[in-house]
Amino acid sequence: MKLVNLIKVAFSALLRNKGRAFLTMLGIVIGIASVIAMVSIGQSSSQSVSEQLSTMGSNMILIMPGKQMRGGVSMGVSNSKSLTMDDVTELKAKSHYIESVSPSVSSGGQLVYGTNNHPGNVQGVSPVYLTIRKYELKQGVMFNDDDVRVASKVCIVGKTVTDKLFPDGENPLGKMIRFGNVPFRIIGVLEPKGRNQMGQDQDDIVLAPYTTVQKRILAITHINMIFASAKSEEVSESAATEATQIIRENHELTGTTENDFEVRTQEELLSMMNSVTSMLTILLAAIASISLFVGGIGIMNIMYVTVTERTKEIGLRMAIGAKNRDILLQFLFESIILSLLGGVIGIVLGLLLSYSASTMLGWPFIMSEFAVIGSFLVCAATGVFFGWYPAKRAAQLDPITAIRYE
Amino acid sequence: MEKEIIKIAKLSRTFLVGNEEVHALKEISLNVKQGEFVSIMGASGSGKSTLLNILGCLDTATSGEYEIDGISVKKRTKNELSEIRNRKIGFIFQSYNLLPRTNALENVELPLLYNNSFSAKERLERAKEALIAVKLEDRMFHLSNQLSGGQQQRVAIARALVNDPVMLLADEATGNLDTRTSYEIMILFQELHQKGKTIVFVTHEKEISEFTGRTVVLRDGIILRDEKLISKSAIDALADYPNLMKVVS
Repeated sequence: MKLVNLIKVAFSALLRNKGRAFLTMLGIVIGIASVIAMVSIGQSSSQSVSEQLSTMGSNMILIMPGKQMRGGVSMGVSNSKSLTMDDVTELKAKSHYIESVSPSVSSGGQLVYGTNNHPGNVQGVSPVYLTIRKYELKQGVMFNDDDVRVASKVCIVGKTVTDKLFPDGENPLGKMIRFGNVPFRIIGVLEPKGRNQMGQDQDDIVLAPYTTVQKRILAITHINMIFASAKSEEVSESAATEATQIIRENHELTGTTENDFEVRTQEELLSMMNSVTSMLTILLAAIASISLFVGGIGIMNIMYVTVTERTKEIGLRMAIGAKNRDILLQFLFESIILSLLGGVIGIVLGLLLSYSASTMLGWPFIMSEFAVIGSFLVCAATGVFFGWYPAKRAAQLDPITAIRYE
Repeated sequence: MEKEIIKIAKLSRTFLVGNEEVHALKEISLNVKQGEFVSIMGASGSGKSTLLNILGCLDTATSGEYEIDGISVKKRTKNELSEIRNRKIGFIFQSYNLLPRTNALENVELPLLYNNSFSAKERLERAKEALIAVKLEDRMFHLSNQLSGGQQQRVAIARALVNDPVMLLADEATGNLDTRTSYEIMILFQELHQKGKTIVFVTHEKEISEFTGRTVVLRDGIILRDEKLISKSAIDALADYPNLMKVVS
């Protein structure tokens, strides 16, 4: 029998029982839709995590002080003074992979403007900090190297700070705010950035030249942290290794001496977050696969019933010249058509589901080609696998008994 | 000399039921010439169903020879037998065996679907011709369940004719029909016979066998009688039907 005729025969057999065909398909539809939706939503969530991380600067490298040993006694981390401006200068001078470096010193305290006040944190940095952290100015200008040299009392503020200190919508530019006893003139306002994936408000920020914070507020010479950016995301690991090397040399750490500082890249954070989301995705997809499997069994079940119910038809087809192979293929095609059709509907439904879910959660929508193609193949395989036994049984019927079956 | 469509020589069929051998057919010999209208009669257990299965190439003999249209059926594979059934035989069953929820035309087309040498267009033409031959040209697109018993059997006859077989093989083809419709179906068979079709009609009704030109009676696996008769006209029988009913009442 020609293939086209076979498909036609299988189709018309299914159309004779539309309601049943639809219900049989439903199992596959739900199975495929849930697999697609789970994989797609999982990928959307991991995409959203990495997008958020990259708004923080995906090529960012953080260098923090580590525990210090003094005469064999661990001094802990919090009071560590191990990082200095010397490290920043060395990194700038020697590194190949690092684009820019900024020190960071910060002090907590109350910010005051007129009758309004807000508990805040003044962070002392150098002008390149903005590019490292991917902040942008909405108004005004960033302080420059001259401001750093003379320790100017100027600052850049984030949206949360302006909202708290200027609740009436006054233009903060040029206003003097007080931090403890030190007055700062606002010379710039940052574009709002929202919360990061840890829930921290990235707009609750006051930036000032690091020298100002060091000398006028804290009266210290060391720094709290170093922010650096690698030349690109790809080299951030190499940059981190290189930075470790440079600072070790600068701190005169030799041999197996432990680092008295810590270098972290966003990459590490990203891979950690991704491993969590991908594990969840796999778990959800596995559960969804079970429903696909159950759908497949549904097909097999119905095909079995169908074969028994249509024994007489099978007998007739054999009597008028259908070969065993023709009967086998007819029933196999019926089950493949059911599962493929169910698969297509399931894919569409799954994509719709994941699209609406990502839109609702504000995540990027990702259509996973892998899941779509994979599901399609799984559908075809399901059709063949679960259709095979019923079809085989149909083909092995004896025409003499089948034709007289009541 | 007319061609022999069926040549059966010393054909036996033995079934094994448990440990016991049952001889359904015992060395029977039977020839049917082209254009003959033969009825095969016998009570249940006479072996007529077994003979029908063998004639229809659904079953093969334990021993002996069977040739249909000059082709020996001995030692054929299942697929070869399927092909012989598809090309040489037109089956008509007692219970019509039409596909449910399928129109007459598609039902008639069915045997040609299993023959790769027909295109879709040829199939449609042949099916239409066959339906015209059984006078159902105005019922082509009716679904099988929208047809009366007689009409359904006509569709089944059209289906048997569509592949232009060398022999029509009818199994109690009037068994499910009332007397009047039986006569109508027999008229159709007699017409087909006059057009030169070879017909083998298996029945247990003596009256039906009287419409054929030759009756073969089986009993306990052997041919008891094989006689040629002048066939009764089914048209006359139908015309006479009202009188027959009067006598009964």
